[in-house]
Amino acid sequence: MVQQKQVLKLYKNLLEKAYKFDNYNFREYAKRRIHDSFKEHKSLTKPEEIAQFYNNGINNLALLTRQSTISQMYTFDKLVVEPLKQHK
Amino acid sequence: MYKSNIIVRNLHRISNNTSIKHNLSRSLATIPSTIPSTNTNSSTSSSTSSSTSTKDKISQKDSTSSGNINVVVPPSGASITLKSATRDASKFGTRPIYLDVQATTPVDPRVLDKMLQFYTGLYGNPHSSTHAYGWETDKEVEIAREYVSKVINADPKEIIFTSGATESNNMIIKGIPRFYKKTKKHIITTQTEHKCVLDSARHMQDEGFEVTYLPVNEEGLINLQDLKNSIRKDTILVSIMAVNNEIGVIQPLKEIGKICRENKVFFHTDAAQAYGKIPIDVNEMNIDALSISSHKIYGPKGLGACYIRRRPRVRLDPIITGGGQERGLRSGTLAAPLIAGFGEAARLMMLESNYDKNYIEKLSNKLKNGLLSIPSTQFNGSKNPNYQYPGCVNISFAYIEGESLLMALKDIALSSGSACTSASLEPSYVLHALGADDALAHSSIRFGIGRFTTEEEVDYVIAAINERVEFLRKMSPLWEMVQEGIDLNSIEWSGH
Repeated sequence: MVQQKQVLKLYKNLLEKAYKFDNYNFREYAKRRIHDSFKEHKSLTKPEEIAQFYNNGINNLALLTRQSTISQMYTFDKLVVEPLKQHK
Repeated sequence: MYKSNIIVRNLHRISNNTSIKHNLSRSLATIPSTIPSTNTNSSTSSSTSSSTSTKDKISQKDSTSSGNINVVVPPSGASITLKSATRDASKFGTRPIYLDVQATTPVDPRVLDKMLQFYTGLYGNPHSSTHAYGWETDKEVEIAREYVSKVINADPKEIIFTSGATESNNMIIKGIPRFYKKTKKHIITTQTEHKCVLDSARHMQDEGFEVTYLPVNEEGLINLQDLKNSIRKDTILVSIMAVNNEIGVIQPLKEIGKICRENKVFFHTDAAQAYGKIPIDVNEMNIDALSISSHKIYGPKGLGACYIRRRPRVRLDPIITGGGQERGLRSGTLAAPLIAGFGEAARLMMLESNYDKNYIEKLSNKLKNGLLSIPSTQFNGSKNPNYQYPGCVNISFAYIEGESLLMALKDIALSSGSACTSASLEPSYVLHALGADDALAHSSIRFGIGRFTTEEEVDYVIAAINERVEFLRKMSPLWEMVQEGIDLNSIEWSGH
């Protein structure tokens, strides 16, 4: 049985990894997709369904960890819509 | 700066070559009196540095009012400049926004994740049947084949992997007629097909086949009655693309398939732009052959596939012969990493189809509304949403040359048509086929929206295009004449 706390932790961890993408488009997509996916499955009640969704999320967390790391290894110039970080 | 140079030169060319009865001199007074020499330091992609230098030079000019020949000033009356009027460019990145997903799409990180296994550990040849290295890659290839076939509701055995949609189109358009050449001599296609289909068809004409190129209406759709009338007793193949690569219209595949099946003619569709993006069912639509490209669905480049029906059997002469892989239709070792990536991309297209569709539709409507609110613009394609793929938005901006608008839009990666033809300055043959005149065909731009386009990018594009269209039109004598209510068609242009 998956606890509510675990699901919330998964959501937080996924978003954390999504923010690590260096590529603007992939980062924005990951954030949007994670958010919408949790919203879409908010009403799940059956324990098996929740477990399936949760396990899927765990797999995606592993994927995001790998891919966000790769994205940080090969970086390109920022897009014209991306504000540059100012170091003061 | 470089952009405006060209426009200025073009305007001078116009003024030199034409004598217009209308008072053109007043319009031309808006052009800076000096033609600046080509400035080399602004030809770099770094817009930040060049924008600041432009500003510096303009302010210099203002303060000294000297006739410095390196100074380009906007035409008098223009409240804006080509470089970001509304914000400080130095606080933002320099890489352009990608809005050309009809040309190719970025590889989805999930696809790359799948492919990396093959570049690190799973390196066996899928055709090596004697050891485990071969078995494991073969298994993955077959899983990918199944995902690819599921998107179009085909049997996995009917999928042949090729090097891309161009090879698939060549293989089908040359292969099928060649196999049946003893009895059949006629091929039907349309005027708005992709170059590789048109060129293959032309090639078959050299081999003695007759080809009918069906015209399209102003929305880009073929007339079904035309198709029925052009089918002859010796017609072997009808090849009509599913989604047009330049204007995004969706041909009525089901009706075409029905006509072809009734007349016992093979129906091939080039679905490079359609695969996974619009619902396609090869059985329901009676499609006998179909071309697919991997890099249009966020998969790896260098791979495609074609579907070739087994029942009733479609036979063809293979172009590439050899070891007899892929049912003997396309020999050569399969590229397992690419195929696995393609399979994953196809699986994701299915998994995300609703989500992507809603999202792309939302952005597309926003972009369309934002751009069509500019006066004298025209949407190219079908008004009926059932016949238009929303991810492709082709718009004509009258009184502006598409190429000069593209030059002014260095911060957005766009194309004025298909990538294969945009290198030449010739207007698009697709728009010509729709009945558009030269001017309109020249002034059209294609916007492609995909899975990874963000709303922020669309907002930026709408603002940028509004700004620059206004700028370019202020420089255009034609636009000024139109504003004064002069009918351009009534002017007698005399060339030298």
